Amino acid sequence: MTNPIYEITEEAELMLLIGTNATEAHPIIGYKMRQAARNGAKMIVCDPRRIDLVDEADYWLQIKPGTDIPLINGMMHIIIKEGLEDKKFIEERTENYEELKAIVENYPPEKAAALAGISVEDLYSVARLYATTDKAMIFYTLGITEHICGTRNVMSIANLAMLTGHIGRPGTGVCPMRGQNNVQGACDMGALPNVYPGYQAVTNPDIQQKYEQAWSTALPNKLGLKIPEMFEAAHEGKVKAMYILGENPVLTDPNSNHIREALEKLEFLVVQELFLTETAEYADVILPAASFAECDGTFTNTERRVQRVRKAIEPIPGQANWETICQMATHMGYPMSYHHPSEIWDEMASLTPSMAGINYGRLENSSLQWPCPTVEHPGTPFLHSGKFTRGLGSFQPSEHIPPGEMPDKEYPFLLSTGRILFHYNVTTPYSPGIASIWDKEMAEFHPLDAEKLGLNKDSKVKITSRRGEVISAIKITERVQPGMIWMSFHHTATPTNALTSDVLDPITGTGEYKVAAVKVEKL
Amino acid sequence: MDLFKVKLTINGKEVEAPVGSTILQAAESAGIEIPRLCYDPHLSSLGACRLCLVEVKGNRLLPASCVTPATDGMVVETESDAVVEARKTILELLVANHPLDCMTCDKMGACKLADYCYKYGVKDSPYIGVKHEYPLDDSNPFIIRDMNKCILCGACVRACEEMTGQDNLSYLYRGFNRKATTAGDVPYIESDCVFCGQCVAVCPTGALVEKSMSGKARRWEFDKVRTTCPFCGTGCNFDLAVKDGKVIGVLSTPEAPVNGQMLCVKGRFGWDFIYNEKRLTSPLIKKEGKFVEAGWDEAYQLIASKLNGIREQYGPDSFAALSSARCTNEENYLVQKLTRAHMGSNNVDHCART
Repeated sequence: MTNPIYEITEEAELMLLIGTNATEAHPIIGYKMRQAARNGAKMIVCDPRRIDLVDEADYWLQIKPGTDIPLINGMMHIIIKEGLEDKKFIEERTENYEELKAIVENYPPEKAAALAGISVEDLYSVARLYATTDKAMIFYTLGITEHICGTRNVMSIANLAMLTGHIGRPGTGVCPMRGQNNVQGACDMGALPNVYPGYQAVTNPDIQQKYEQAWSTALPNKLGLKIPEMFEAAHEGKVKAMYILGENPVLTDPNSNHIREALEKLEFLVVQELFLTETAEYADVILPAASFAECDGTFTNTERRVQRVRKAIEPIPGQANWETICQMATHMGYPMSYHHPSEIWDEMASLTPSMAGINYGRLENSSLQWPCPTVEHPGTPFLHSGKFTRGLGSFQPSEHIPPGEMPDKEYPFLLSTGRILFHYNVTTPYSPGIASIWDKEMAEFHPLDAEKLGLNKDSKVKITSRRGEVISAIKITERVQPGMIWMSFHHTATPTNALTSDVLDPITGTGEYKVAAVKVEKL
Repeated sequence: MDLFKVKLTINGKEVEAPVGSTILQAAESAGIEIPRLCYDPHLSSLGACRLCLVEVKGNRLLPASCVTPATDGMVVETESDAVVEARKTILELLVANHPLDCMTCDKMGACKLADYCYKYGVKDSPYIGVKHEYPLDDSNPFIIRDMNKCILCGACVRACEEMTGQDNLSYLYRGFNRKATTAGDVPYIESDCVFCGQCVAVCPTGALVEKSMSGKARRWEFDKVRTTCPFCGTGCNFDLAVKDGKVIGVLSTPEAPVNGQMLCVKGRFGWDFIYNEKRLTSPLIKKEGKFVEAGWDEAYQLIASKLNGIREQYGPDSFAALSSARCTNEENYLVQKLTRAHMGSNNVDHCART
């Protein structure tokens, strides 16, 4: 997030939510959005599904899945035509404006609204409202990124914010709300194939040299494989061995049957896990993992806030995860010796300018948002004040890119997926309390479709895509559009990702979880 | 004269407070604590319990300090004889319809009603009358509701509306039968409750308690360990309640920078996955298709010989590591370091993109 969570209730005059179901996926942020709306902030919800926050919204644009770019281009077309753009901001802080202008010229309101499946009046209203509100924040989640054009969607959102000067100030900004507790931190720590900690490129010779000196070894400068490429390489027999820490791609990655085949082909697989997960079943060696309550460390939240995680009980497997990794490395002939996670942090921070000022002492009674380059630095609540990281903000306009797979005669329903309030990915089903009140998948069907298929609330269905099939209970609800089915992916008995599309965003390798074509049989 | 400040006297002390402050806030800013049951700084002020009443010179009534603005020149006494007498009476009236089973009450030690009764020496009530005998609502896995212990402070109603915005609680019935409850007075499990537990966090008595903690420990017997939630990316902080080396519950805290007292069902109640009997406790090695328990060293040796062997035979890029968005920064740092520095490959990723 460019801006901090507290600005939702303290600064924002308008919240534009696009592809984010905050009250379920990020409940506390969702509750704050609701508070802000009830205190008078405007709210615009763009979502194909009637999420809870629609009840608080001034506008709900029920767009067709995968039409975010035409929606945003249509808004920008209107903003430019009506002279509502922030000319000073564009002049001083951005470049490539002419290209943006040329592309959004092709999205007159009638065309954009038709592509997105909304009314022209609503498109005008939200474009004007967003452009003319001084403090307007944009929030998005996986509804934006989990598309074939995920990166282009994100850039389009950034275009909209820059066009109107809604960035670099309190109460503005572009706020992607990150999924897992430490997905921000895992990226920050360089658990990515292209960067060391702090997003320092592995291809930069100076950076490479810095790490070679610090770690006393030669380092590779070739980009590594992204997750989908890893599994593809395993399929092809190029990747022979994997180590998987605390992830369950068989349940969470798209087109899971493909993942299963890849894991089967590996010569050797090590999995470090809390439970014998679907992925761990494929392992040759499983190392038992410790939970968050059993380890010291830090998590970094979606607003770049580094916070302590504290060991409350002795690790159930006998040792903390960092100890296991160190011991494993040492046995492999690469000695790792730390007495406490704070020493690991300090080593990382000494090599990472954006986090150099953060240490466990400072985190003892507070939290810090990076960038935080020195121990005197107070941290950075919001980014891009006065200047973007790259200097000028570059408009990166995009044409509409339809989803990779759309319903047809054979697979007539559009399947979209996401998270529900009671579950978080694949850990919460192991909570006896939560499992006792929400223990199975409930695929959402619109009443009209339920009637057509002869379904009632107790029906079971078989849902099939070109890649796999699952059996699920159902819920009949007007939250979804006719022709659309919505499912979560938390339950082993209904592994929804057997269905999801194998279409990827070509830049990030993110799967198009939000759109797949399926057919339904009543059981 | 500062136009944005008021000056008043509280318990003989000169106090300056921002215009718009209540007497209670002004007192608090001067380090003077006024007893309160229904007041919570994170909720709207209701003035329902009246326990925070104070004596204001020239005012023949005893106003509730949580809803009375502090004004210039006010002279306030927070513990005068009249105040103490009135507070005792209020407590006696509350206790008249409140079970005095404090010895087995799970909230004892964190019960404000009991604390103030102790402070003002209220043992029981001279007011004898009908007592409610509501059935216990323990129909859900997370929260025990004992409406007999409810003092109608309305904190739960306000938390549900003002924090979560779920609007699942309101007042039902009239007079003595008034009740802070769900629509239709149904158990939580049958209502629109999302089990965020904000109501439990703000309840000043034993009316709402965490089921997981019931019977496990008195409130002064467990340690609180401040930590960060392991579920979504919001970064909520809370305290793990730890008794005899075991987590027994989660308590939210107003000091949490992102979330304050607020949590969701997963953060407040989903922690019990850590004691799921399916937890792995020992390394496992697959032998002839079946997992067999192994010692750590045996597991490490096998991993070392296999991974090093594969690297020798097929080159560094035959190895790939999946690190974890659920694990700590430090663990992620080590995984990418091991992959790059020892295995010699940049094949490290995690589920940020999937």
